[in-house]
Amino acid sequence: MFPPAPNPPVAPTQAKFGDKDLIRRSASTITPASPRQTEVAKLIDVSKCIGCKACQAACLEWNNLHEEIGTFNGTYTNPPDLTPASFTLMRFTEWVNPETDNLEWLIRKDGCMHCEDPGCLKACPAPGAIVQYSNGIVDFVHENCIGCGYCIKGCPFNIPRISKVDNKAYKCTLCSDRVAVGQWPACAKACPTQAIAFGTKAEMTKWAEGRITDLKSRGYKNAGLYDPPGVGGTHVMYVLQHADKPEIYAGLPNNPRISPVVEIWKGVTKYVGFGFIGLAAVAGVLHHLVAGANRVSAEDEANAEKLTGSDRS
Amino acid sequence: MTNSWTDIKNTDLVVIMGGNAAEAHPCGFKWVTEAKATRGAKLVVVDPRFTRSAAVADYYAPVRQGSDIAFLNGVINYCIQNNKVQWEYVKNFTNANYLVKDGFTYQDGLFTGYDAEKRDYNRSTWDYQIGPDGYAMVDDTLQNPRCVWNLLKEHVSIYTPDMVSRITGTPKDKFLKVCEMIGECSSPTKTMTSMYALGWTQHSKGSQNIRTMAMLQLILGNIGVRGGGMNALRGHSNIQGLTDIGLMSNLIPGYLTLATEREPDLATYMSTRGFKPLRPNQMSYWQNYKKFFVSFQKAMFGPAATAENSFAYDWLPKMDVPSYDILRAFELMKQGKMTAYFCQGFNPLQAFPNKAKLAEALGKLKLLVIMDPLETETARFWENHGIYNEADPAKIQTEVIQLPSTCFAEDEGALVNSGRWLQWHWPGGSPPGEAKSDVWIMSQITLRLRALYQKEGGAFPDPILNLTWNYKDPNEPTPSELAKEMNGYVVSDVADPNDPTKKLLEAGKQLSGFGVLRDDGSTACGNWIYSGSFTEAGNMMARRDNSDPGDTGAYSNWSFSWPANRRILYNRASADINGKPWDDTRKLLWWDGAKWTGYDIPDIAPASKPQDVGPFIMNPEGVSRLFARGMMREGPFPVHYEPFESPVANAIAPKVRGNPVARVFKDDFAQFAEVASPDFPYAATSYRLTEHFHYWTKNNHVNSVLQPEFFVEISEELAKEKGITNGGWVRVWSKRGSVLAKAYATKRIRPMTVDGKTVHIVGIPIHWGFVGAAKKGFGANVLTPFVGDANIETPEYKAFCVNIEASTGPAVA
Repeated sequence: MFPPAPNPPVAPTQAKFGDKDLIRRSASTITPASPRQTEVAKLIDVSKCIGCKACQAACLEWNNLHEEIGTFNGTYTNPPDLTPASFTLMRFTEWVNPETDNLEWLIRKDGCMHCEDPGCLKACPAPGAIVQYSNGIVDFVHENCIGCGYCIKGCPFNIPRISKVDNKAYKCTLCSDRVAVGQWPACAKACPTQAIAFGTKAEMTKWAEGRITDLKSRGYKNAGLYDPPGVGGTHVMYVLQHADKPEIYAGLPNNPRISPVVEIWKGVTKYVGFGFIGLAAVAGVLHHLVAGANRVSAEDEANAEKLTGSDRS
Repeated sequence: MTNSWTDIKNTDLVVIMGGNAAEAHPCGFKWVTEAKATRGAKLVVVDPRFTRSAAVADYYAPVRQGSDIAFLNGVINYCIQNNKVQWEYVKNFTNANYLVKDGFTYQDGLFTGYDAEKRDYNRSTWDYQIGPDGYAMVDDTLQNPRCVWNLLKEHVSIYTPDMVSRITGTPKDKFLKVCEMIGECSSPTKTMTSMYALGWTQHSKGSQNIRTMAMLQLILGNIGVRGGGMNALRGHSNIQGLTDIGLMSNLIPGYLTLATEREPDLATYMSTRGFKPLRPNQMSYWQNYKKFFVSFQKAMFGPAATAENSFAYDWLPKMDVPSYDILRAFELMKQGKMTAYFCQGFNPLQAFPNKAKLAEALGKLKLLVIMDPLETETARFWENHGIYNEADPAKIQTEVIQLPSTCFAEDEGALVNSGRWLQWHWPGGSPPGEAKSDVWIMSQITLRLRALYQKEGGAFPDPILNLTWNYKDPNEPTPSELAKEMNGYVVSDVADPNDPTKKLLEAGKQLSGFGVLRDDGSTACGNWIYSGSFTEAGNMMARRDNSDPGDTGAYSNWSFSWPANRRILYNRASADINGKPWDDTRKLLWWDGAKWTGYDIPDIAPASKPQDVGPFIMNPEGVSRLFARGMMREGPFPVHYEPFESPVANAIAPKVRGNPVARVFKDDFAQFAEVASPDFPYAATSYRLTEHFHYWTKNNHVNSVLQPEFFVEISEELAKEKGITNGGWVRVWSKRGSVLAKAYATKRIRPMTVDGKTVHIVGIPIHWGFVGAAKKGFGANVLTPFVGDANIETPEYKAFCVNIEASTGPAVA
């Protein structure tokens, strides 16, 4: 058994990392923290997962999120997709193994992979809206978010979602608040079968090796660790029974990379863009002088009320 | 459970059949993943559906619901035919060598003594031959054709792999693969654990389903050993406690039975509860029955229970029928013969079968009292909720009183888990609003009733007036006071027979365990099996030491495990006839030359010589039973009977309909679909989902997000045949009612071939109703039949017949 999640401290605890530990900050130039903290990782062992959704419940509870009660849509995947309130989601796939003709019910806990080379952060134009700590956690800083949605385009895993309520992007934080005080993420703490484990990336990689050996002994000859190099590796990793075909697990990308558009954006385009932005700013000022300020109409207010709903009031 | 949750980590093979542990017991399931990950254990799942347990299994075999006995008899047959038998265990620790009376026979699905009129047997031939010495006769060579082993061999011989496949729908190769994996565990150094739950109990032959697996486990030598056992996974967090404390209509605490009308006095009552040993030297522990019973009476009635009044024997009710189970209660209600109903922590309108009948019955009550922390459908049975609960309040005269109670997280006390651990817990919060603890509510009812009896007299006030109620605050006894009473205390000093100046027991002290109980009124004990849980040393249930010497999985200093803090029942059977452990790597107990010692509390008197005293001390034989004598109503050996509603006739006994001794009320029989009815061609089953807990969590927002809406599961083949789209609406109906649901066309359910015929399965989760946060929906009990297990009346929720069609769904209001 992997040593179980520690109990929370009872005394006030100093956060183990913070702004001084950033190695990347969106649309900003910073000096990366040095030396780096030990990299952390969450290991999701799909072969041990029973799809109980305790992780989903724990995520909603810990982060105080309010997901809507939906409908049944012909699958156990509920809600049907990640949302601004559902940072994690169990995705269920019924897959018939062509080699054995046996059904396999693949259950993958989807959510932010906390890439070492985070596409969302690279794509983000808002200074400080996305940060990466030296332990590998990629976090969204909502007060800096402008809701442009570029992070979604930048993400090779299609994870962030924009809230219609506050027009900001949301995703799994790897429970950076919990990890900062020595706790496991809420999902890992809630997992009854240790299908989710948490520790240093080195520990998790080593633990995964034992699991892969076990799976190979049970006939899963392609069992392996999903830690895709295309994004520099991830701080959320999977043990897969069929690591040669990650796409069978509800479309887990086979070789995820940051979209070339984002890479170009971060290259020459960025500086060309600055020129345009300058022009636009000038145009904006001229427009304001001519047309005046934008006003919130009664209709706008009503629409906003509708979106926020009574639950949020 | 004979073993404990933590012990599952010691196993080599987990067989999940008649349950779905990953789905319904996700927390306990961690010990399965642990056994797999650290021991390389294998997991086999046998179920009509490819379940969440199957998702992490090494091998899955489908089986048609209601055919488990055919499957398991087939496995027993395989083991016997292929010598996959733990012979030393079978010969020494079972009744394989006992001789059975000559009159006992089996033919065409029935045993000797059947009375079709009464739907019952004369069981007089279902017993051992008794020798001139008064003991049961045995043949250690197993040559005598009347010995249990030869009768069993003959009995299961018809369950060949072909016959099993024909009845169960399990493909023959898959059945044989499961046999092979199970057969390996006949080695003394390999163990298998059976994890089962409502998938076996909720049948008209539920008890026999479990018994068949128990027999298989005995043949493999897997009872009493680490990583073995018959492990019932309980469906509520304290349902083990409910049965322990005797909350069945025919029980009193500690599995003692209430007297019947035919037992007018204590002597008569005790005359059938003497349990004289059936073989020399055997402990036959129930010989202590009177000590348990008298001590219980002392706990109930204190000084008013005296030797002169037979310890107040007359104050206990005497049963006029075998039991007032839930089915009988609602039948009586419907007939207008039961007019008041207390419903404490129960939601029968959702939980019991045939909702239409339940609603009709509730409407005939004069008084319905609901004690529950939540709003329940039962409390609102009279309210009209359109298609989900059609009712006309103007026509219902029942007075309904709701008493809001606290929930487990607001209470202090012990919950008993499946592994018999009494784990003390403390409140995590304060109750909301007017909610009061169940103890407070029950105390008020008791005290106010007593005041009325004192004031007005009454037909029979004695039991109420003489009930012991010496709590510090009579209005609300504390959990500790109640727990101490259950543990038991010394009523009057008992002198040491060897030294009269010394006291063996001192009045007022807590009892150390049930070993010191007496039948002369000098001890009081509310529940003998809990004795030892709250001693002079304190509250043993509150212990939280998780050390585990020897890494055995026993965790003996964590909480208290009844009986006597024993973690594995029958643990003497973990060692051979000479007291040497079967498996040196999995030692539990051993004979050190003078006494039994080891990691667990011996389930035998510590000085019992291994060759003399058998491990199954609760049986007067000292051995376990492959032949059940007259203990089971259907017969001493299990027989495959079809469910009352079945898509096929019984292949081994075509004339026998259902379980031949199950009780069926007249009106209910008329509401069963005919065998192989073309009107109800599909084999349905009902079950739980991991996202919900019964009918509670639909009141919770997060659970309702995770599984929001009622649906039924069918194969992609059936969906195609019936023009049903995945996620679209369907109507499902049985002879008792009709529901609208979303459809889930899934690969996890496949059509089966049963007796040459294609049988489609319809799976129906149970969690929706007309109150709560989740979308309104129907309970599966709108459809289920009103019939129970022949021995204990657990309703047959797992196997019945329905029809299905595509639908447009409920009309939008």
